Amino acid sequence: MRPPHRGAQHGRLEGQSTRANEAMQPTTLFEKIWNAHVVHEEPGKPAILYIDLHLVHEVTSAQAFDGLRMSGRTVRRPDLTLATMDHNVPTTDRSLPIQDPVSRQQMEVLRRNCQEFGITLFDLRDPRQGIVHIIGPEQGLTQPGMTIVCGDSHTSTHGAFGALAFGIGTSEVEHVLATQCLQQAKPAIMEVRVEGSLPLGVTAKDIILAIIGRIGTDGATGHVIEYTGSAIRSLSMEARMTVCNMSIEAGARAGMIAPDDITFAYLEGRRHAPRGRDWEEALSRWRALPTDPGARFDRVVELDAGTLEPHVTWGTNPGQVVPITGRIPDPEEFESPADRRAAERSLDYMALRPGTPVQEIAVDRVFIGSCTNGRIEDLRAAARIAAGRRVAPTVHAMVVPGSGLVKAQAEREGLDRVFRDAGFEWREAGCSMCLGMNPDILQPGERCASTSNRNFEGRQGKGGRTHLVSPEMAAAAAIAGRLVDVREWEG
Amino acid sequence: MEPFVRHTGIAAPLDRANVDTDQIIPKQFLKRVERTGFGQYLFFDWRYGEDGSPNPEFELNRPEYHGASILLAGKNFGSGSSREHAPWALLDYGFRVLIAPSYADIFYNNCLKNGILPVTLPEAAVNRLMRLAMDRPGTRLTVDLERQTVTDETGATESFAIDPHRRHCLLNGLDDIGLTLQHAAAINAYERRRPAWMPRLLTNRG
Repeated sequence: MRPPHRGAQHGRLEGQSTRANEAMQPTTLFEKIWNAHVVHEEPGKPAILYIDLHLVHEVTSAQAFDGLRMSGRTVRRPDLTLATMDHNVPTTDRSLPIQDPVSRQQMEVLRRNCQEFGITLFDLRDPRQGIVHIIGPEQGLTQPGMTIVCGDSHTSTHGAFGALAFGIGTSEVEHVLATQCLQQAKPAIMEVRVEGSLPLGVTAKDIILAIIGRIGTDGATGHVIEYTGSAIRSLSMEARMTVCNMSIEAGARAGMIAPDDITFAYLEGRRHAPRGRDWEEALSRWRALPTDPGARFDRVVELDAGTLEPHVTWGTNPGQVVPITGRIPDPEEFESPADRRAAERSLDYMALRPGTPVQEIAVDRVFIGSCTNGRIEDLRAAARIAAGRRVAPTVHAMVVPGSGLVKAQAEREGLDRVFRDAGFEWREAGCSMCLGMNPDILQPGERCASTSNRNFEGRQGKGGRTHLVSPEMAAAAAIAGRLVDVREWEG
Repeated sequence: MEPFVRHTGIAAPLDRANVDTDQIIPKQFLKRVERTGFGQYLFFDWRYGEDGSPNPEFELNRPEYHGASILLAGKNFGSGSSREHAPWALLDYGFRVLIAPSYADIFYNNCLKNGILPVTLPEAAVNRLMRLAMDRPGTRLTVDLERQTVTDETGATESFAIDPHRRHCLLNGLDDIGLTLQHAAAINAYERRRPAWMPRLLTNRG
């Protein structure tokens, strides 16, 4: 049994500042950032950490602002806070009023709260509006060495920059608004090392699906994951964001990748990136962040990228995953009675039979988008597959860019035309069909190949059946009308 | 926050593992702007059938578990989203204690912020209590946070571990924000040391 969540102490000298102590031993990326953000700590209590960036959206903030008002407090650092609307927003014509009155109210409440407390809001009319974990990096707000929080579990996305980024609940949102700090018990640290070269047609999405398949949806509970290895190093920033995004699906507190020249190249010149001498100073700090040789991890998991295939989820949690060349598993293959029962339940919900080749599974809908795979490189990859081909007549497929800026960039590159010519719908930015909170929703029984991050029962709509895949695989499924091996289409 | 010291109530069994937050509170119900009123949506897709009528097969719909305030569940309870609406729904429905072999991190933290005690017991112990609740529906358990015990009607007792600080805060109903603000001077000092080039948004407040 995993010990319950402990207080902050890991062999520290009682009551003394231990930062000088720690500087002398090899330290991980995570610990360097942790140590640099401790405002106060004492034995037996969680540490108080400073938060460099607080991202806010409409679903998890209303009650937090109410709490502030009721206790007579205000937002301590509106200049370190950015809000957007993403979960509730329709991805169709934005000039029309929001149909759903409850959605409308939630967005209106956010607008009023941001105005009252002086917080920057990218609302629906703002070209920078989009999914909260896409807009932060775009604006250059997400930088190495920062602590970043948001009332959303996919906040782990920002860890791709070598930041410590994690999701929090609404009470903690209120806490950060009021104090710009968070009480945190120090988690353990896990290394996930991915070595080798990714074969053609295999992507960052497949790496993280394979990892979750290996360690399970609670495999990293109580840990922050640091992703290392040559395969990780060779990923672009957007691909790194895909990997870190789904860290939470393995139960991890956060997921991080050390910053390097790829990170710095992405950041240089962005709106909120430092410039001139500040840039040089920032660089020298950032270059000191990567994990020191010989630093200790609490657990290590290794993966060979060279053996990976495109993956597909078959069940109702992201750990129930199989390579595209595989078959739907038999519940009898599972060791424990609980796992066997869970597999039976999943197969029943998903209306799948053991032994069925994955490539025989037909789909009704395809969704390309989300904070996992809604960036420009994801759209380019999907467009390469879609170009010159047609969506199958049995499939309703849509592409939802992750932000207004991604949409504008895609249109400059003509990707929207490629998608439309192929029969995909081209939408406005938002969380869309990742979770059925807005008009983009699956009907009961509909089967969807989706580039999002969760395949829980009812996630995309009550009775909806989700298969998580990469953007290339989703585009190919739209065209073939079923799940297919996109490697046969590449090159 | 209301302190939690000791609680006696009916235990309801939910013998499933990896119950995720989309099952606890489906997303279409996250649109409320208050903290209350979520109990009616708890486990919505399991509780109600297609036509909106209660599903008689669902454990919590059984009349013998009506009024249950302790929920027994399988491992990794609360996996998935950070939505605090999940503990709000559990609390509003009437649950004050959860007993499971393990919980997802964010969900666990969210429970504690709302005065729900998530008790961690070994799988074998949870299974024993589950069987008890299934064999003798309406059976009551007493959960004592001071003594860190779970006692059933036969007098059999399980001990559980919990982080001492969290136990202390729950026993005393302490307000986290108030506790942090006791260190306002340290927060001010930290802010003065932050590099000026770290990113900031322009606001209309200075």
